[in-house]
Amino acid sequence: MKLEVKDMSYRYTAKGRQILKNFNLAVDSSERVGLTAPSGYGKTTLCQLLSGYLKPDQGQVLLDGQPLSSYQGYCPVQMVWQHPEFAVNPRLPMREVIHEGDEIEEWVIQGLGIEPDWLRRFPTELSGGELQRFSLARALGKRTRFLIADEISTMLDLITQSQIWHFLLEEVEKRQIGLIAVSHNPELIDRVCTRKIDLRLQGEEK
Amino acid sequence: MRKLNRRQRLLLGLAFSAAFLIIVCVWGILGAEAARATDFSRKNIPPCLQYPFGTDWLGRDMLARTVKGLSMSILIGITAAAVSAVIALLLGIASATMGRAVDSVVSFVIDLIMGVPHILLLILISVALGKGLKGVIIGVAVTHWPSLARLIRAEVLQLKEMPYIKIAVKLGKSRWHIAVKHMLPHLLPQFIVGLVLLFPHAILHESSITFLGFGLSTEQPAIGIVLSEAMKYLATGKWWLALFPGLFLVITVALFYILGQSLRKLLDPGSVHQ
Repeated sequence: MKLEVKDMSYRYTAKGRQILKNFNLAVDSSERVGLTAPSGYGKTTLCQLLSGYLKPDQGQVLLDGQPLSSYQGYCPVQMVWQHPEFAVNPRLPMREVIHEGDEIEEWVIQGLGIEPDWLRRFPTELSGGELQRFSLARALGKRTRFLIADEISTMLDLITQSQIWHFLLEEVEKRQIGLIAVSHNPELIDRVCTRKIDLRLQGEEK
Repeated sequence: MRKLNRRQRLLLGLAFSAAFLIIVCVWGILGAEAARATDFSRKNIPPCLQYPFGTDWLGRDMLARTVKGLSMSILIGITAAAVSAVIALLLGIASATMGRAVDSVVSFVIDLIMGVPHILLLILISVALGKGLKGVIIGVAVTHWPSLARLIRAEVLQLKEMPYIKIAVKLGKSRWHIAVKHMLPHLLPQFIVGLVLLFPHAILHESSITFLGFGLSTEQPAIGIVLSEAMKYLATGKWWLALFPGLFLVITVALFYILGQSLRKLLDPGSVHQ
């Protein structure tokens, strides 16, 4: 499968700053693309556009040639948000959070190091790193074709980071899920990704 | 005695208020006859041991009349507040989810009703519907929903912007699933507390319009009727006729308020899992 962006522009308000202008990108599901740029260059905005949370002002996001908005129901492009504490409902027990995903396999839950005991708890009873594993597991449903990871490991210690990335790389490789990762850490991007895109350079091209 | 923590104190207040209100209700329903029984051999007795609240000019026991009146007011208040709260819930959710046109209509109606003094609208509606029980209940129900509706609308608007709701949409969850699983648990505490805090308003307004003569008829010993009848005899020094019913009306309203506030603190998200 192929995720494409053609000639996309976006700004938050009509007279606001132009976040993205005539942006182009094509990612194959066998690829792992790293996005880097300093703060304020629109990394998160791009992630939200790619996964359909925001609608571009101009241009389209295409999945296998079809506009992403034409996919009804489960969206094959899933994004994992930077702040896990906002990404889970504080009133929902963690078991329900997992159930929201698309038939999450047992090995995904184990691979991410989710303890069975955590499933009985509420989000306030888990740490940010523990919650992030749940967000990841939830996004790795059966029908997910592209995973967009927006700084998913910034709140984790190094050992946990490496554990989660190891699992994630294995999983996306096995299931041919395309990965788009955002990080401030250039070494991580070098290790994880097959291709790097710097949003700063995109900006200079215009 | 062991010092109670905040939660236990709240629970105690909650239980006490609820018990008092239930006792008044049940006693009033059972003692309906005693409230109407006249006996000219015991007219105008000031408060004493046998008649703690005294008796009136027809020899009716004021204690029985006060309790009966309160229970009537509480039942009317609960019915009216419940209807009002359901209106608030439906309109609040509709206003937040059904697009801009519905939102502006509902918001306009909210502003309209909040802009006119409650008591004026109440009198109008109650008189238009032919006074009586029905008029009062509908009047109170129709005028009391706007503040709660506004609260629920704001809550739903805020919830709609939360990442976890957006994520649920992207995970292909239906509107029904999102409403029941994600929104209801957040709205329920607000709704229950709003409902309970509507009771005192409803009771006070019911008694005021009955007192002013636009509500229940004089055969029904509602607290407003008891008070307005007592007015005529106040000048002749029969202070007990107005003092006890009035005092107990205030206590009832205050207890409902405590009930609502305790519930609010207990249902506070921070203390849910303690």
